[in-house]
This record gives sequence, C-alpha cells and structure tokens, in this order.
Amino acid sequence: MGEMEQLRKEAESLKDEITAARKAVNDASLQDTVSGTAVVGRVQLKTRKTLRGHLAKIYAMHWSTDSKLCVSASQDGKLIVWDSHTTNKVNAIPLKSSWVMTCAYAPSGNMVACGGLDNMCSIYNLKAKDGNVKVMRELAAHTGYLSCCRFLSDSEIITSSGDCTCVLWDIETGTQKTVFAGHLGDCMSLAVSPDFKTFISGACDSTAKLWDIREGQCRQTFGGHESDINAIAFFPNGNAVITGSDDATCKLYDLRADQELITYQDSSIMCGVTSIAPSLSGRLILAGYDDFNCNIWDSLKSERVGVLAGHDNRVSCIGVTADGMACCTGSWDSFLKIWN
Amino acid sequence: MTINALNQNGFQREQMPCLTKMERMIVAMQDPDMGMKMRNQRLLITVIPHAMTGIDIVEWLIQKYSICEEEALHLGNLLVKFGYIYPLREPRNLCLKPDESPYRFQTPYYWTTTCWPATELDYAIYLAKKNIRKQGELIEYEKESYNALHKRINHTWDFVVMQAREQLRASKQRRKADRIVLECQEQAYWLVNRPPPGVMNVLEQGPERKNNLNTRVQLNAEFYKKEIEQNRRGIGRNRVKSSICLESFVKFCEQYQAHDPIMQGSLPSNPWITDDIMFWNMNSDTVAMPTKLRVERWSFSFMELLNDPLGRKELLRYLEKEFSAENLCFWQACEDVRHGETSKIPEKVDEVYKQFLAPGASRWVNIDSKTMEKTLEGIKRPHRFVLDDAQLHIYFLMKKDSYPRYLKSDLYKNLLAKAIVPQETKKSVFPFMRRQRHSSPSPALVPSGGEDDGKAKSSGAAPTKINSSS
Repeated sequence: MGEMEQLRKEAESLKDEITAARKAVNDASLQDTVSGTAVVGRVQLKTRKTLRGHLAKIYAMHWSTDSKLCVSASQDGKLIVWDSHTTNKVNAIPLKSSWVMTCAYAPSGNMVACGGLDNMCSIYNLKAKDGNVKVMRELAAHTGYLSCCRFLSDSEIITSSGDCTCVLWDIETGTQKTVFAGHLGDCMSLAVSPDFKTFISGACDSTAKLWDIREGQCRQTFGGHESDINAIAFFPNGNAVITGSDDATCKLYDLRADQELITYQDSSIMCGVTSIAPSLSGRLILAGYDDFNCNIWDSLKSERVGVLAGHDNRVSCIGVTADGMACCTGSWDSFLKIWN
Repeated sequence: MTINALNQNGFQREQMPCLTKMERMIVAMQDPDMGMKMRNQRLLITVIPHAMTGIDIVEWLIQKYSICEEEALHLGNLLVKFGYIYPLREPRNLCLKPDESPYRFQTPYYWTTTCWPATELDYAIYLAKKNIRKQGELIEYEKESYNALHKRINHTWDFVVMQAREQLRASKQRRKADRIVLECQEQAYWLVNRPPPGVMNVLEQGPERKNNLNTRVQLNAEFYKKEIEQNRRGIGRNRVKSSICLESFVKFCEQYQAHDPIMQGSLPSNPWITDDIMFWNMNSDTVAMPTKLRVERWSFSFMELLNDPLGRKELLRYLEKEFSAENLCFWQACEDVRHGETSKIPEKVDEVYKQFLAPGASRWVNIDSKTMEKTLEGIKRPHRFVLDDAQLHIYFLMKKDSYPRYLKSDLYKNLLAKAIVPQETKKSVFPFMRRQRHSSPSPALVPSGGEDDGKAKSSGAAPTKINSSS
C-alpha cells in the first residue's frame, strides 16, 4: 500500500504544479479584454420549420455537411433523415433497438450511424444501389451504452460510451483501431476538431479530455465543472472547447492556454445543460437546458442575449448548420424545430 | 441527473425546475384576491364546486402575464398535460379547450413534485376499485394493465382487492359531490402517470444512466503511474497567455461576423425565411462565379482556402503558373490516403510514391531530407498516417510561401473584383403566406458604416421593409 500512496502523492503534486503553471499564464480578465467589443443586441430567432413525424422523445440530431439534410433519432425506434427545408422525410429507418441515444451523419452524406443502450454503433448505408437503407456494420465491443458517435470519414468513426472509453473504429472491417481510456466516469459526448486530428470528450467525471487520434493519447484534461458534462463542442477556430454540464453552467476552455477562460452562468438558471452548439463566428453559443428552453449566450461578453422557447419538453439536442444559416433543436416533445 | 436529482428509495426522480414554476403559477391562480374566479359547475345532475371554464383560464393567463392568446393556450395546455388542472367533461382528453368546458385544480396531494412513486400496487388498487365499482368500466388498455398486474403481483392480490374494497367503502360515506371530485382527481392523476397507449408520457425519465464513478476504472498503482506520466508531459507543455487567447477570440469573432448568417443575415436572402434557395445555388461547389464573401473568406486562413473546392481549384491554377502545382496535388493525395478506405491504403501510398516521392518522379515534391528518409522508411509498411509528416511539411511550405503570394496575385485580386455581391431578393408578393418574412427585427449587431454596400443595405433595410402579409 505504501507504494500506491507514494504514487498517488506524486501524481497529486504534479497536478498542483500544472495548476500553478496554468495560473501563471492567466494574465487577463475577460472584462478587460472584451471591453472594446460592441455589444450584441437582443437576439430573437423564430421557428421557421417544425419537423413532425417522430412518435416519442427525440434524443439526438445531427446536420449533414450540406446544411439541408439532417438525421434525428427517437425512442420510437426510428432514425429519420429529413430534408429540413421542405420538411420531407427522405428516409425513415427502423432500428432494431428503440433505446437510441445518439446519431451521426457522415461528412460525405453516404452514411448515418446510431447507437444507445444496445452498446453498439450501427452504421447504415444511405446510398445502396438497390435504394434500400440497410445496416452496413454493427460495431460491438463497448461494455456500456453508446452516448455519442461521430464520423471522421466513410472509413472511420469515433464513439463514446458509458463504459468510460472512446473508441476509434475501422468501419470496413468493423474492428476497434484505438481505445481512448482515461475518463473516470461515463463518457457522455464527443466532438471532432476541424482538422480531424484530435477530438474532445466530456464525461460524468466532470472533466473534458483532448485526444490525439493518431497517437491514441490524452493530450490535455480540463476540469472545473462540478457535475457531469453532457455536451461538448469545438469553438469554430479549433482553439477552444465549449462544454455544457449538469451544474447549470457552460464553460470555454482554451487549448493553448490549457485552462478555462470563460464561464457562462446565471443565478436564475438552475437546471442542467443538455446540448451545446456555437454559431458560425463563435460569437453566439446556443445551449439547450432541462427547463424546456434554449439560451443564447454572447460568447465574448458572457451574457444571455436570447432564448429559444417553443418546446413542450426538454431540449435534448441542438445543432447549427455548417453554413451557419440555421440551428435545429430536437426535444422530448417529439418535434424538431429549425430556427434563425 | 440534474443538480437536484433525488435518490429516493433506490430510484432517481428528477426535479424538473419547470414543475416548480408551474406550481407557482397554479398557486397564483388560486389566490383568493387575484386568482381565478371560480364557480360551481354542473356536471350532469351533480354540482361540482370550485371549478372554472377553459376560457376563464386562458383569459386569466393572458391578463396576468401579458401574453397573447396563442401563448396562453399553450401554457394552459402544459398545465393540463402535467396534471395540475383536469377537465371535468371528457376527462381522458388532457387538453385545454378555450370554451365553457369545466376544469378543476388538482389537489396538491397528487402533484407530480410530491414524488409519489406511483407504484404498480397503487395502480392495481385503483384499477380494482374501478372494476368493483362498475363492472365493465375499465377501458381496453386498462383491462390489459389490470390483467397484467394480476399476473405480476398475484401474491399480493388479496391485499389489493381488500384495499380497494376498503377505500370504496370509505368513499361511500362521503357526500356525492365530494366523492365525484375525489374520483376525478384520482383519475386525472393516473391519466398522467399511466397514460393510455398512443399518448406521450410526459413524466417518463428516459433511459436511466448510472454514474459509475470508479466502478469500472481501478484506482491502482498502474493508474497512478499513467497519471504521473501524463502530468509530467503536461508540465512541460507550452502555455499561451490567456490575454493573447482572449484577444484571438475577439478577432476571430469580428472577422467572421459578416459571415455568420444568424448574426448578420445573408444575401440574397436566407432560404429559411424566404423559401428562396438562391443562396445555396450561388454558393454551391461548382458555381461559375463565386460570391465576394466567399472569396474574401479565403484570405482569412490557409485552411479556409483549402477547405473550399472552388478555392482549391483557383489555387491550383495559380500554382500551375508558378510551376509548383505538384505541392497541392501531393497534399490532396495525402488527404485521400488519410480519409479513404483502409483496404486501398497500400495501393494509394504506392501511387503517391511513384508520382511524388520516387527519385526522378514526374511530380517530385521538395521535402527536406530528414522527413523524406522517414517517409520512405514508413512506406515499406503503409498505414493511414504514414504520409502525415511529409504532408505537413508541404502544407507549411505552401502556407508560408505560395499562399501569401496568391493573395497578392492578380489572379486573386481580379477574382475578388469580379465576385458577385448578390442583390437582396425583392420580396415577391405572396399575400396568403402567413409567416413573417424577415428574421428578427433586431439583427444581432448593427453593422458599422464602411462595410460593403450589399451587406449594409440588407441588414439596415431588413427591419423597415416590412412586407408582412399576415
């Protein structure tokens, strides 16, 4: 036992050194830096489309890179691909397991993936020659539920799971290429960097980790939240990470300063954040909360500048299109709404 | 799952903050002075006290919160769906009708926040009571539940029946009006907690996920050794001052603001608002002449230029003039290896070698000797990332040298001059369209004076050119 105690103490003291090093470079207050920036007025977004068709709670949605198609997953056991502009359903894919918790659209638009309490990530080919959408691969190896998945390309996908690990899969062979272990709690969410070389994961141990895809190692760990991190996203310039947590706050962590720089919180907000997405310029951060609303934050001034109210139940997922035109919210009330 | 998650009796019941808000509203509605006017309602031959009509509820909400009728109806509906108000006529249809239909407040005993477990036993007793009271009163799904429960908790069925009989006997000793009220309350409670098939369960919590801190990850010596190694690496890393980081965010947001449609609108128009897809057509990958905003964006960073297929095409044209096109081609070939099919990697890497790396190759790229040596060694066992180092070298070469020169070149400048600034779509007249044509009358930021004409015109003009056809 003596050895482990020593090791633990050594790890702790190194951690303290890191904290001190981070503090040393923290030389600016947010207020001073943004004092010259113009204020964002009240932002009012209106619902432009409502996508109706799901029969139960919507747990996840993801935009295609063409900014028109999107896929949504609901507990009615269906994955629906929508042409959101015309509100037509392009595909309605029945799932083997109705307990789906996540879905993803491949950047090429050729595939979608989903997974949940079945511990598997199922990949569906949308462009099969005979026109039918079929399961292409079932990636099974996780020992916990699938909380999130994101495609790197048509050949690779990264998944995060309740077994505290993230995995990089080769879709063709259906095998695990790399296992990213290190979190101490269920991994709830992940996001891939704009250059596809790294990704970040948020977990129930209140930390976010930045992983190098090629090396398979954790490059940086960010703490500061007091509860599970439910949602995570990259800031559009790829240099920062924004997280949303059950502790009712969102935080911005800078990768180069290696620490938290901004917290988005308000004493009137007491419920957890379920989903988060930045606008194209990063100036606005849209975050979905447990109290049926979505708040819009001015990312620089750290002030609330708007609300998206219109759902009858919790907002479970949110996404901004690649061209920044619109944002989509999915809710437990079974509807998806497009706003701008 | 939220910070107020209660762990009662082994299961988690989430305190939805909206429920407390609803309850505050309900309490306000029952305030003796400012609350709702209640009267006795006739239900068939019985008089029910303390009831109100649907239209009263809507009007009270409109007045109290200064909202429009649509919103008041929406709010009222939520109150009914979550069981705080229940209808006396058509009790199974939990919705608010803005007419003379009678409604009553649910007793606080049955409020959702009391966290009553609503167990199978309770439900069984309720169904048994209904069954005993009037044979055949159970509806289809209730009959199914009753039978299922009978099977499942058969061991306590005597208790269930006995409880049901006792409760019925006790209620018989009440006045008829009170009895009906209690029955209605109980029915409303169970309609919320055990909704009929096809009706969405507003209280369902979704899949339970347990926080398994430390149960799957062992905090043993090996774990700490890894931690130490990671922390050591972490100490050595280069950290940038937070002031510089924050400055860079400010600059980035400023630079991209004009390109952020949510903040500053878009030309010719936002397809989501006007249903006109010109914007997407004008910005497609294969358009003949790009928009000015798009060409400007190429000057923000090298990655912006490379990420746009049109930008890459233009860069290729420029590089061909400079006889260094092989750099871009090499970079693209490496991307193809990195993101392409695993099975094709060996043959792709081989192609790349033959075309770009082999001595005397037709499109030989100029990589420093160290990187070249490492790459050639790695190619013997090709994998997805084997060309990364070489690709990075060429990337930086282009970024530092070709890219800045391209931005200063006539090719780029001419394109920028010729690039389109779309005219704002003349709002065609669709008098029967009910939707408002413009995004919020307060675009997030008022643009500063010296902006490109096109953009300033749109953001400035949008709020005033009201063509609302509602």
